Amino acid sequence: MTDTAWIDAALTSARPQAVGALLRYFRNLDTAEEAFQNACLRALKSWPQNGPPRDPAAWLIMVGRNVAIDEVRRTSRHEALPEDEVISDLDDAEDAIAERLDGSHYRDDILRLLFICCHPELPATQQIALALRIVSGLTVKQIARAFLVSEAAMEQRITRAKTRVSGAGVPFETPGAVERSERLAAVAAMIYLIFNEGYSASGETSEIRKPLCEEAIRLARLLLRLFQSEPEIMGLTALLLLQHARSAARFDASGELVLLDDQDRTLWNQKMIAEGLALIDKAMRHRRSGPYQIQAAIAALHARATTPEGTDWAQIDLLYGSLEILQPSPVVTLNRAVAVSKVRGAEAALQMIEPLGERLANYFHYFGVRGAFLMQLDRNEEARVAFDRAIALANTSAEAAHIRMHLDRLMRDSRPSGAKAEKK
Amino acid sequence: MLYAILCYHDEDFVGSWTRDQDAAVMARLAVVQDKLKKEGRLGPVARLLPTTAATTLRKDDPPLVLDGPYAETKEQLLGFYIIDCENLDAAVDVARDLGAANPGGAYEIRPVGVFLPGGDVK
Repeated sequence: MTDTAWIDAALTSARPQAVGALLRYFRNLDTAEEAFQNACLRALKSWPQNGPPRDPAAWLIMVGRNVAIDEVRRTSRHEALPEDEVISDLDDAEDAIAERLDGSHYRDDILRLLFICCHPELPATQQIALALRIVSGLTVKQIARAFLVSEAAMEQRITRAKTRVSGAGVPFETPGAVERSERLAAVAAMIYLIFNEGYSASGETSEIRKPLCEEAIRLARLLLRLFQSEPEIMGLTALLLLQHARSAARFDASGELVLLDDQDRTLWNQKMIAEGLALIDKAMRHRRSGPYQIQAAIAALHARATTPEGTDWAQIDLLYGSLEILQPSPVVTLNRAVAVSKVRGAEAALQMIEPLGERLANYFHYFGVRGAFLMQLDRNEEARVAFDRAIALANTSAEAAHIRMHLDRLMRDSRPSGAKAEKK
Repeated sequence: MLYAILCYHDEDFVGSWTRDQDAAVMARLAVVQDKLKKEGRLGPVARLLPTTAATTLRKDDPPLVLDGPYAETKEQLLGFYIIDCENLDAAVDVARDLGAANPGGAYEIRPVGVFLPGGDVK
């Protein structure tokens, strides 16, 4: 790795802690970001010459603070800025500041930074964009690319989000236990949103959007390192890793979505699977179940199966059953029905989703799944109606193409049986 | 004399490598390892999963199981085991047995991500 690549990686990993601490000092997001930016510029000059500091985050916080304070002095007294060497000469100061950065501050600083991005008044897309900009430090250009919008539009979206957040007032007091766990839940949900933004990409855009998944995993790991005993954060991290592990197998060469059953399992990333399985194993020892852990456990059962036939569908059915209790939703029931169809057959599964029709009347997957069950029961005409509806509701061309494949199969299958009927 | 080489680095930093950067580092290491292996001087090599996957057993009385890596600095690393277990519960049980035989201090239990058994170095 070259010098600059090393420094880039160090700046990226120090960013959440450094910006979080600077925000606590300055209580203003713009000032904190600017201070961090200035500190990074100094780091690019100083680190290649003087070597890396022992604690890059502490160095950046110290320099960021000094530069910002000098900035204030300079503008108020029109004094010349001190030489770089003076500001960046921190050999002695570094130990002292590293000591002062005690663990609890560090934890709440980063949580606060993530939490202000989850402001309930911000629509999900703005929350995600803001987190990627402020916490992850992606450039507006990178974020715009991942969201498939123009740079100008993304710039506007982030500016608008920042204005709203600063108008709302940032909670600076150290959170109590209840507040901390509420913040944690909001932040976990936002990280999952970031992940899904990348995961729901179509075949053509999945490569461009993959960094969103990777960033979500990085943030989840960061959160877990801060809150080591939270089984739901273990579950969230495991869930993201286990889902992302399949990314190389999810699209074929022409960009078409490949269903789980048809994926080449040798393309799954075993390293991520190992980490995901280890985390879910660790979470389960706490005997405090939650939606992320259950979803991760379901993903783990898929990951453990070396063939589709080897999948423990009965266990998946049970897990979806628990998820239905914790987080009742027609979508969860729909997913459960897929497991039920494998364990007890399509008839039972179809009965299960029949009552969902009204609430999922505009949901693509409902009609896709319903069509598949009907097809298994040889109710081909009804299956075709369901598939037609699914195509009409498809969100991406990959989804539509996938259903068309089912329709083609229906046509193919119905032809020979038609021929047979003629012979009779 | 057999030597153990213990690898320390900033996890955030290593974690922020792209997959290509990671693969490049592993490829460079493999060159060094292959040379040692040919000379019959390489024992097992392990790359551990991140500390987020770690669990620590404090060998107090009674022993205490904590999430996360061993973070104190007043004790020193004195040895390690590689054990094969069905799951974390089983690994914690092994650590408890070891701890009963040798109380005091702590064991950090960390899943192994990559394990290369290496050759016989005797």
